[in-house]
Amino acid sequence: MSRQPFRLERGGRIDRSRPLTIRFDGETFTGYAGDTVASTLLANGVHLMGRSFKYHRPRGLLSVGTDEPNALLSADRGAGRVDPNNRASVLEAVDGLVTGSQNRWPSLAFDVGAVNDVLSPVFVAGFYYKTFMWPRSFWDKVYEPIIRAAAGLGVAPAGPDPDRYAHRHAHCDLLVVGAGPAGLAAALAAARSGKRVMLADEQAEPGGALLHDVTSTIDGVPAQDWVAQTIAALDAHENVVVLPRTTAFGYYNHNHVALVERITDHLPAGDTHGAPRERLWQVRAGEVVLATGSHERPLVFADNDRPGIMLAESLRILVNRYAVAPGREIVLATTGSSAYTVAADLKAAGLAVTIVDARLAVDCVADTAFAAERGITVLPGHTVVGSKGRLRVSGLIVAPLRADGSVGPRRTLACDCVGMSGGWTPAVHLFSQSRGKLAYDAGQDAFLPASHAQAERSAGACAGTYDLAACLAAGFAAGAQAASLDETRAFEASPARTGFQPMRVMPTDVDPGRVRAFVDFQNDVTAKDLKLAVREGFHSIEHVKRYTTTGMATDQGKTSNMNALGYVAGLLDKELPQVGTTTFRPPYTPVSFGALVGPSKGALFDPVRKTPIDSWAEANGAAFEPVSLWRRAWYFPEDGEDMHAAVARECAAVREGLGIFDASTLGKIEVVGPDAAEFMNRMYVNGWSKLAPGKCRYGLMLKEDGFILDDGVVARLAEDRFHVTTTTGGAARVLALMEDYLQTEWPDLDVFLTSVTEQWAVIALQGPKAREVLAPFVSDIDLSNEAMPHMSVREGYVCGVPTRLMRVSFTGELGYEVNVPADHALSVWETLYDAGRAHGITPYGTETMHVLRAEKGFIIVGQETDGTVTPDDVGLGGMVSKVKRDFVGMRSLARPDLVASGRKQLVGLETLDPNERLDEGAQIVVDPSAPVPVPMLGHVTSSYWSPACGRTIALALVADGRARMGETVHVTTPGGFARATIRNPVFVDAEGVRVHARDS
Amino acid sequence: MLEIRNQATRTAPFPLATETVKGTAIAPLPPRARLSLRLRPAEAARIGSVAGLPLDRPIGTFAAHDERRALRLGPDEWLVSGPADETDELGARIAGDLAGIVHALVDVSHRNCGLAVSGAQAEAALNAGCPLDLSLAAFPVGAATRTLLGKAEILLVRVDAACFEVECWRSFAEYVRTFLVEAARGT
Amino acid sequence: MLLITCPHCGPRPELEFRYGGEAHVARPADPSALDDREWSEFLFVRNNPKGVFAERWNHAHGCQRWFNALRDTHTDAFVTTYPAGTARPDMAAEDVR
Repeated sequence: MSRQPFRLERGGRIDRSRPLTIRFDGETFTGYAGDTVASTLLANGVHLMGRSFKYHRPRGLLSVGTDEPNALLSADRGAGRVDPNNRASVLEAVDGLVTGSQNRWPSLAFDVGAVNDVLSPVFVAGFYYKTFMWPRSFWDKVYEPIIRAAAGLGVAPAGPDPDRYAHRHAHCDLLVVGAGPAGLAAALAAARSGKRVMLADEQAEPGGALLHDVTSTIDGVPAQDWVAQTIAALDAHENVVVLPRTTAFGYYNHNHVALVERITDHLPAGDTHGAPRERLWQVRAGEVVLATGSHERPLVFADNDRPGIMLAESLRILVNRYAVAPGREIVLATTGSSAYTVAADLKAAGLAVTIVDARLAVDCVADTAFAAERGITVLPGHTVVGSKGRLRVSGLIVAPLRADGSVGPRRTLACDCVGMSGGWTPAVHLFSQSRGKLAYDAGQDAFLPASHAQAERSAGACAGTYDLAACLAAGFAAGAQAASLDETRAFEASPARTGFQPMRVMPTDVDPGRVRAFVDFQNDVTAKDLKLAVREGFHSIEHVKRYTTTGMATDQGKTSNMNALGYVAGLLDKELPQVGTTTFRPPYTPVSFGALVGPSKGALFDPVRKTPIDSWAEANGAAFEPVSLWRRAWYFPEDGEDMHAAVARECAAVREGLGIFDASTLGKIEVVGPDAAEFMNRMYVNGWSKLAPGKCRYGLMLKEDGFILDDGVVARLAEDRFHVTTTTGGAARVLALMEDYLQTEWPDLDVFLTSVTEQWAVIALQGPKAREVLAPFVSDIDLSNEAMPHMSVREGYVCGVPTRLMRVSFTGELGYEVNVPADHALSVWETLYDAGRAHGITPYGTETMHVLRAEKGFIIVGQETDGTVTPDDVGLGGMVSKVKRDFVGMRSLARPDLVASGRKQLVGLETLDPNERLDEGAQIVVDPSAPVPVPMLGHVTSSYWSPACGRTIALALVADGRARMGETVHVTTPGGFARATIRNPVFVDAEGVRVHARDS
Repeated sequence: MLEIRNQATRTAPFPLATETVKGTAIAPLPPRARLSLRLRPAEAARIGSVAGLPLDRPIGTFAAHDERRALRLGPDEWLVSGPADETDELGARIAGDLAGIVHALVDVSHRNCGLAVSGAQAEAALNAGCPLDLSLAAFPVGAATRTLLGKAEILLVRVDAACFEVECWRSFAEYVRTFLVEAARGT
Repeated sequence: MLLITCPHCGPRPELEFRYGGEAHVARPADPSALDDREWSEFLFVRNNPKGVFAERWNHAHGCQRWFNALRDTHTDAFVTTYPAGTARPDMAAEDVR
């Protein structure tokens, strides 16, 4: 158990009355409520937190913020709750949390992979592209596995995630992103308007940079008191919602902003009360105020990545917010003024601090005077040329910059911590995602929001405003304007120390090509790598980014971008705006897959549509298959049967006795109105005017391009009413297409369409005994062959409930489709089934349905057709009306390609070996020994064992197939080729007499 | 007419028990008579009402009379509903009111089914999957519209400040009910 | 996600809509009168401008009505929406706000 040797005696926003312990790489460390994992480790003197991505160099914390690139830890909250790549700086310490470093073996202090660092001259920019090109066959089996094992950032969890993730759509008049001074002021201004305001902030508590400001005052009160007062004021408004621990990570069209709220990770296990772990918010905001702050830039010098070297402002956060001494002997290296505020706060906390300022003395007079008043030593006009130490920095090597630009003699400043400040970069990520355009501001060396694409305003540091009073005033004005209030307000606040001299790479006295000065800490990209990329001809910044990987990892280059851009611009001898920026893309910070998935997993992954008869099928042992969103009974195996045996038995039952089949998933559309027949004439290839009420007809529908879209039996119930059926998968598509034509092309037609797919369940009784079993339950309908022949429809009652009874067949046998209102279907099914048992009634599933129809040569849309098949191709050319002036797709049937010879036509195939079943999709050729590429004749579309034929059968689309009857072709098989004979596609009852079965 | 053999019974698409999660009650509603009515807007304006229900209410609202309701879902579409045992009577009444006028009246009583979602968090639970602004100002009592809940299409009706009715097609009922229970857990 | 103003239902999220491609491409009254080239142009050839584009949308999970919209394909801003079958309004991208 540790003693927290680096915890300061007083101060900070931690709760010293609530101690906690966390584990890191097997050791236990104590901290307090309010700590992050990073502040806990640093309070215990632990700086080494990870190994770098490529060179496995020892790394510590760089930033106490969301931009942290190095200290990525795994967090283990129990089974299935192992979460990689947590930034130690934002991971809240919670009692019992188990964390571990990543990308090291066998231990963090001794990592074998560090050999990469010694070999670093090999691992230059574009190394992967250059090295692993040859031999090609090595990529899958050798190179990729090794690279994947050696690189990477953490390990994905192995088990399923047991946590709940919630989704929420929300609307507000104003969304404020960021609860620093500008964001708080914006929310405050808007709150009084009564409009709905949401304020989202990624930190555990609102306040932003004010949370570590212990010297400034706002309107006469200490800054942190002002924060508390402001939050209390906002909380008093019912129209304001404040969301802490909530990151706005994506800014999409029309002010649609995605937020992720972290709800339970900061709570000890057991205190979560079933709350979701995270919530994804999709917010539609009338107006957005972005107050997203800024990121500090590191300095680029040799070995600038040793543990203990951090961003300067981060040291101030550690001292003021977490009461942690990041070191005892601290050197601040800077090119700007803000580091002097850091130095003053470090000094006030009792830490020894020295400032190395790369600006010439004349350029930092006010700052050096400020330091002198506080007894802080400053070395102005000094560059940093290197650091010392191994697992922790032990010294910073500095040297004076001479007037001629050369570098003077080195000296080493002993230290155990370095703070570096290379200036500030406004966080314009969300603004840029909103498609707003950035403009380069030379005075601030920053890209700032310029032209806006959406109802959005940027305020505060993200718009380049760093002075506290100015941030508050800008935020207030933005909030007021966004809420349509004509109000401004001046704030009195302590002045901030702002301004810096951009310095992309620190001047040095050695060959810059020989040192490792890191620009991108997460992807291990050095200044040398960027230089090499430019030398090799990569001049577009987007190309440099991809070639070197600078700015590409999970931190999205928050700390590295401006240094990289500026350095590349210098190498190209261009102004920075000419180089431009790379594109900012969502997410701003990493988002868990759980949050994105939300409830859409398990039973809620997709709706599983079940028919009213599904429960009976399940109770009777059905195997199921998914058909679009439906789950359909596939076959009904009896004791020990496999699918083959079950389907053979089911097929035989239908042909010889009686089968019962749940066809409820068929799409059904009721077409009603005086122009119903005219509408049907225009939508289908065949004619409908002469179809008498009470009759059914098979209809075929094309798309305007002439290819088959859907088919189904249509029943005419009355002069002005059709009951149209579609395929299961085509139901929604067909209705949508019909509505499209009706509304936009023929709005004058008096006809209306209503989906009745789920109003009517369909029980198909198929087989010679169908009439016999059905008749006793039917009232008001004469089932006799004369009164109700094949392809007719009657309305009446079955089992006392209304039915639309159709005598139709998709099997070639005598058959009825009994449509009943869905809630009655199970009862009717059970009644018919029970009555049929004396006649051997057999439930069958979709597989048997497919076999039976294939034996008859009936097509299935989507199986025999694929969007390139015409009616004539499948032998249904005779259905196409010759007398209609027009219908959807008619004109296309005359297109040259659709009337050309050589089109693939539907045929039957019989393999020479009657037991060989072809693969569906298998290619068909005339001569397998023909020179490559072997000309393809077509492909197999359906293939089954046919119990009725006692052999396998197949349907196929074959070029000029109808002219090839009797020809032998070769069909690809997994082992080679099978020989098959082309034949007529109707295998059973070619005369079609069985469907007309007379009364028994 | 033959005697009716084995009079069929009704089976609901989901269990009829109410689930209450974190104060949000998700209660399956009994069957209703439901008729989809299609009529050109000009005719609707001329006729004014059917079965005592006004047709000229704004799109996205419903009118109620006794136990009957007419949801106006579009310019030429209404969903008229009433007690389950009145399907034929309601249909005949509407057809009578619209005699001689071009319209379509289709029985969808078994196509749709309903759930009531009530409680202070009902709005938040629905917003787990419904992308609409459900605040009282934007979606007041009396609002009724087709929209989405997760991956299912629903009809959403606000019957009270803290009570909504959700209707969906029968085969989506299990998904919608499960979604709402999960959504209530996530509030 | 776009916010689309349905002429019947008001502003609704894009999730409720289905896109329908270029508007004002009327189906020929007598397709048989068209030669192959004319017919193929009707079938396959569409404009894809950068800027204001008249396009079709269907409020599929709302009132289910088709309507037309003028959208700036560069900014995704909607200039206006209008009922199917009515003429394209004479508006430009600048008319958005």
